[in-house]
Amino acid sequence: MTSAAGRLQKAFLSPAAILMLTTLAIPLGVIAAYSFMTRGAYGGVEHPWTLENYTRLFDPLYGAIFLRTFWISGVATVLCLALGFPLALFIARSGSRKNLYLSLVILPFWTSFLIRTYAWMFLLRDTGLINTILQGLGLIHAPLPMLYNDGAVILGLVYGYLPFAVLPLYATLERLDATLLEAAADLGANPMTAMFRVTLPLSMPGIRAAAILVFIPCLGTYLTSDLLGGSKTILIGNLVQNQFTTSRDWPFGAAISVVLMIAAMGILFAARREGEELL
Amino acid sequence: MKKPLAWYAVLAYAFLHVPLLILAIFSVNSSRFTIWEGFSLHWYRAAFVDRDLIESAANSLVIAVFATILATFIGTLAAYGLWKKTPSRQGRWLHSGLSGSFYLSLVTPEIVTGVSLLVFFEWLFRFLHMRLGMHTVIVAHVAFSVAYVVIVVMARLRSFDPVLEEAALDLGATEYVVFTKVTLPYLAPAIAAAAMLAFTVSIDDYVITSLVAGVDSQTLPMVIYAMARRGVNPVLNAVSTIVVVALGTMVVLSERMRSA
Amino acid sequence: MTDAILDLRNVSKQFATHRAVTDVSLSIPRGAFFSLLGPSGCGKTTTLRMIAGFETPSSGEVWLNGQRIDHLPPYRRSVNTVFQNYALFPHLHVRGNIEFGLRRQNASGMDDRVTRVLDQLRLEGKESRKPSELSGGERQRVALARSLVLAPDVLLLDEPLSALDPQLRKQVRAELKDLQRRVGVTFLFVTHDQEEALSLSDQIAVMNRGAIEQTGTPQEIYQRPRTRFVASFMGAMNWIGDVGVRPECTRISREPPAGNSARPGTVTAATFLGSYEHIEVELQGGGSVIAQISAGENGFETGQTVYVWWNPSDELGSCS
Repeated sequence: MTSAAGRLQKAFLSPAAILMLTTLAIPLGVIAAYSFMTRGAYGGVEHPWTLENYTRLFDPLYGAIFLRTFWISGVATVLCLALGFPLALFIARSGSRKNLYLSLVILPFWTSFLIRTYAWMFLLRDTGLINTILQGLGLIHAPLPMLYNDGAVILGLVYGYLPFAVLPLYATLERLDATLLEAAADLGANPMTAMFRVTLPLSMPGIRAAAILVFIPCLGTYLTSDLLGGSKTILIGNLVQNQFTTSRDWPFGAAISVVLMIAAMGILFAARREGEELL
Repeated sequence: MKKPLAWYAVLAYAFLHVPLLILAIFSVNSSRFTIWEGFSLHWYRAAFVDRDLIESAANSLVIAVFATILATFIGTLAAYGLWKKTPSRQGRWLHSGLSGSFYLSLVTPEIVTGVSLLVFFEWLFRFLHMRLGMHTVIVAHVAFSVAYVVIVVMARLRSFDPVLEEAALDLGATEYVVFTKVTLPYLAPAIAAAAMLAFTVSIDDYVITSLVAGVDSQTLPMVIYAMARRGVNPVLNAVSTIVVVALGTMVVLSERMRSA
Repeated sequence: MTDAILDLRNVSKQFATHRAVTDVSLSIPRGAFFSLLGPSGCGKTTTLRMIAGFETPSSGEVWLNGQRIDHLPPYRRSVNTVFQNYALFPHLHVRGNIEFGLRRQNASGMDDRVTRVLDQLRLEGKESRKPSELSGGERQRVALARSLVLAPDVLLLDEPLSALDPQLRKQVRAELKDLQRRVGVTFLFVTHDQEEALSLSDQIAVMNRGAIEQTGTPQEIYQRPRTRFVASFMGAMNWIGDVGVRPECTRISREPPAGNSARPGTVTAATFLGSYEHIEVELQGGGSVIAQISAGENGFETGQTVYVWWNPSDELGSCS
């Protein structure tokens, strides 16, 4: 590479490097630093350095919040995989209309996440559409409490992240060599057996990618639990948000953030395999 | 296997699209209750006279435009720079550091990005005598959208034959001219798609924006959120429908351009 | 020394994992059709790229027209390259592709020069087509036109015929030779196909494992190969110990010929190949050879005892 080319390349990379340094690396560093400091009298942070923010997390109160978050995220992920796989399969096998069907999945995803969450408020509340219809049909006499609980949050998460699951599943299924299934049939496997013994095992990379792409954002979710969850549905994201607004306990919020980041990094690290790239 | 799979797909698509369709339907319901009482546009009229809504929408547009231009510019250059291999040792550090940071940006939960930026700005403003406002929102939006731009442009670069650049060099073009006259035209549809992506992501952001916007500026998602918190509101149905249709159109255009 | 337009002096290229080119020296005469011939991995493409400017020599010098160029970037060298896959710019039509280099030079009389080269390469009427609308042969001609219009001192061609289908290749080969004669530009042609090199070149340099084994005219290379590798590479060769004889020089008969230099053996295979036959013989005492005979000569069958001999002056050469 000539020196002119080298200089040009550095010029091209510098703006991004400066941006990422100042808006990602340094802020995360500041958060990490704050997590070891003490809460200031009027908000903000003060010395002395302490580990208290981390030890505080061992309190069962916070343990419950972490557990609940993992539980809800886990259920949402499993549902996304279960619901997304057949849909991805359908699209992969739909021949010439593949792109159309794929766009139909992507489209809702890129329109406001906030509004899509609000839509479920509209549907699930006591005077919402579902209850109105059920009552109108005489199936129930009092409204079902479908909103403001863990179930609503899971529903909201699945609704929000299903496209995230479908895309990598589709990518893997689409690349599947059709002749492998022909070979399976030739060797005596019926469609169901072929599905479980050939298609599913070969889709594992896509399944793993989909699981990660759903689970990690769910861990840090804030909006869904805030709008659709009840007073008990405080998840990690809400807890963090709390510390930086109403509770004004920045060091504690920072510590939770660090733990959340480590959990996310840990999952990514554990799940990566040779030759697989998410980017 | 085909028939039941197709039926399942219908249900799945219904699940994905019906909630928004219902919002749209009820946005033209003259009643504020969940019973159909007739067609009416007065919720739309109400939306357009709501000062908070209009002002916040304007703010959101301004922020999105600035953030999109900056993110697309920085991201495109970065994607190209990363795509070119580099033999030098310090070059390789810059490369892996930068790609690592983009990856980190994508997997960091929004709430963590938000609070880290908040904390960083507050610390910075002790020395700079500034406050949170639209400018901090723009910086935050550029920060989290650049990674998306890089992904989209990089995907297009992967199908670009590097021999074309060598051919241009061979014919007398310097590296700068090669980029502007050969590579950039090839990347144009991906750049447009990336810009639309950055735009929609910026318009919709709530979590990060609410943390770094400060008390003076409101964006559309912040106002929508406040309304949603207070409970279901038919004006919100109208606003939602407008936003979804607008963003949906942008996404369709973006996909068209990507496959051009 | 004849007028050399391009001079490589002890050029070597070391990559991180291996040494691609070792101490290569070449002197390419002005106006010649010169071929770099060798198997894949022999370093011929790397050598070409060092001349074009896409690689810098680890040691040695490259001289063009009396000036040293190895430190110059590609866009400042008066050499142009026809790439293996042609590398036509997809977003420009034919005229745009051909004009590209001229525009970089802000050349005068652009239109005339482009029209002339379009004529020379039989591309009239195709100017507004996009590369995707052209056939393989047409795309190759556009790639040639794009480089030739800049009147380079040397035109570098990196296996330009390998992307064409076999029928087209022979025809384009003849056209290429004719073009070079008409235009008079020095051609440096890289190939792994020895038939191409033999039929096209004024001079050939045979490369193997990063070094030049022999340089000379096609006749010299084929008839008087200096190394075992060159002999085997240029054509089929029978090796009996250290002695090499071409199948077409290998004589075979059922009766021992006069003199006692013939070797006995048994026929293991007789393959009909159209205008000639290949008779595979396992020699008594070890080794096997192939004798090439015209079809129709006394038929040989597997299992027969035969006698194989050749003219000693035909060893490591071609038949007298």
